[in-house]
Amino acid sequence: MKSEIKTYTRPQIKLLLIFDHGVLILGAAFMILPVLMLLQMTTMPDLFNMKTGPSLAIGDQLDDNFRKAMFEADGFSGANTGVRMLWNSMILGLGFAAGKIVLGMMAAYAIVYFRMRFATFAFWIIFTTLLLPLEVRILPSYEIVQHLGMLNTYQGLIIPLIASATATFFFRQYFRSIPEELIEAARIDGAGPFKFFVDILVPLSQTMIAAMFIIMFVYGWNQYLWPTMITTDEDMFTLVRGIKQITQSLEGTSLPEYGRANMLALVAILPPVLIVIFFQSWFVKGLTESDK
Amino acid sequence: MAQVTLSEITKVYPNGFTAVHPASFDIPDGEFVVLVGPSGCGKSTMLRMIAGLEDISQGDLNIGTRQVNNVDPADRDIAMVFQNYALYPHMSVRKNIGYGLKNRKIDKDEIDRKVREASTMLNLDDYLDRKPSQLSGGQRQRVAMGRAIVRDPALFLFDEPLSNLDAKLRTQMRIEIKALQRRLGVTAVYVTHDQVEAMTMADRIIVMNEGRIEQIGTPVDVYNTPETTFVASFMGAPPMNLMAGNIAGGKLRVGEEPIAYDNLPHSGDVTIGIRPEDIVPDERGDITIDVTLVEELGAHRLLHGTIAGQDISIHVDKDNMINTGALRVSLKPNAVSLFDAITGKRLT
Ligand SMILES: Nc1ncnc2c1ncn2[C@@H]1O[C@H](COP(=O)(O)OP(=O)(O)OP(=O)(O)O)[C@@H](O)[C@H]1O
Ligand SMILES: [Mg+2]
Repeated sequence: MKSEIKTYTRPQIKLLLIFDHGVLILGAAFMILPVLMLLQMTTMPDLFNMKTGPSLAIGDQLDDNFRKAMFEADGFSGANTGVRMLWNSMILGLGFAAGKIVLGMMAAYAIVYFRMRFATFAFWIIFTTLLLPLEVRILPSYEIVQHLGMLNTYQGLIIPLIASATATFFFRQYFRSIPEELIEAARIDGAGPFKFFVDILVPLSQTMIAAMFIIMFVYGWNQYLWPTMITTDEDMFTLVRGIKQITQSLEGTSLPEYGRANMLALVAILPPVLIVIFFQSWFVKGLTESDK
Repeated sequence: MAQVTLSEITKVYPNGFTAVHPASFDIPDGEFVVLVGPSGCGKSTMLRMIAGLEDISQGDLNIGTRQVNNVDPADRDIAMVFQNYALYPHMSVRKNIGYGLKNRKIDKDEIDRKVREASTMLNLDDYLDRKPSQLSGGQRQRVAMGRAIVRDPALFLFDEPLSNLDAKLRTQMRIEIKALQRRLGVTAVYVTHDQVEAMTMADRIIVMNEGRIEQIGTPVDVYNTPETTFVASFMGAPPMNLMAGNIAGGKLRVGEEPIAYDNLPHSGDVTIGIRPEDIVPDERGDITIDVTLVEELGAHRLLHGTIAGQDISIHVDKDNMINTGALRVSLKPNAVSLFDAITGKRLT
């Protein structure tokens, strides 16, 4: 007897596929719409934006707005150009991420690998600081920074923010998953605490560090309240904080420069997006995989 | 190379659990000692105390002429091979092997030379630039060995290094490790729960149970004259038959069945131990066994049955086509071990 194997192409499955993708595309479009709106408005003259708001028209002001956004300042000193603010944001983002990672790793290292009394207790204390974000302690923090003379400095911008329960927590979990035998092998190989950290732990944590870096960079980049309080000199403004300044200048005869502000907003979105795109695979690896 | 001396070494874990009761033994220079016992008996604990990875609660440990109780693992002049190899995943084979030397501030050319030497010895020359994840289990095991031998230690420590390998590779590595140890002449302590490994590799076997040393002796000693019923049942596959018996008037019996032994100095209840291969089918034998099951092992056949209501196994050649039913057997000379029925200790 001949057995026949029939292959059906199942239309239901295809429909389901189309439906799935439809939902995804819709979601994506919904998320990206504001960005497109921003983009559209940067191409129009400010007067038009003022009168009509977002529209479907594409104007010719893109390069002009870009020039204004990046190279012109609106303050008294003329220091807060887009380029300058981009630079400041970059320093904040990088410093913030690097600081949190270094500090978090060291704290986790101490908690996991050293036989301290109250290590667990110390960890939970660190952990509970999650309940005390900067906003809660902003006045005392400000006062301390002021007393230390760190207003309008990068140190003042970064250091008060870098103590991180989140990073400590993730690194702690990660370190605990590293097999005990590896540590013992290193001990027998004569690696002291410092060498073990540098030679073994840091390289092993690469993917974790990368994942943390992305999260923390974006987090630092988007800081708003703290930079607003700590920086009054225009050459210390960050992008996120500086944009506000522009749309606010309603007084006098000048129009709010929507085109320019929107352009800056777009510029402000770009670095985090690029970082996420380029480090995406690391990110996923760091949080899900452990190649030990 | 060194002699190792343990006297009254004890381990009490912080939770109060005594994992190793006072244990004393010497390991002469160059000897291959195997610590064997069931899971949880304290073998690893013992080894880790020798390595310095676990504090010694009490007792003295000497490696060579030095008391090393409080010496850091790195300074005990030992090398250890772990069950999961514990290779550094981010380092190449070359770096893995050389890492210990690098930490000892030995100069680069010297490290390079030693790594090459070790890798040649272990057939790893082609893999020096690979990462551990790109190696097979056997190769990883060799890298772990390499890491141990480049350091020229006085003492090798192995904690079940072969248990992650498949059966065939295990047999092969067993021979390689033993040969390597012979060649280098380094004293070695090897932990395993596999009694075949213990028998084949050891110069001397230390059998442990529940934190206590049951017997120390050569493989032949341990196999032929087990000191306790535990050793009798642990060493050998299939294990020694252990049956409740009785001595009255110098005569030994299992139930009503007399066993060919006269003039014994003991009397009362005993445990009788007989190796399955020491029982031979014999038409004129005076012991009758009721065979209920035959197990085919290829080269051998294992007959399971009862004698006076107690289980017994017999090991026969593959050509011996015996079937279930009553079987007359006799015993080889000196086949019977007698143990105290209560303490389980061997009666002379
Ligand atoms: N840190 C510890 N605290 C308390 N008890 C422990 C600790 N480590 C091990 N033990 C106990 O000590 C006993 C011996 O453990 P050990 O690891 O030496 O066993 P082992 O003989 O190596 O067994 P296996 O063959 O399974 O590796 C076990 O009963 C174990 O539960
Ligand atoms: Mg063990």
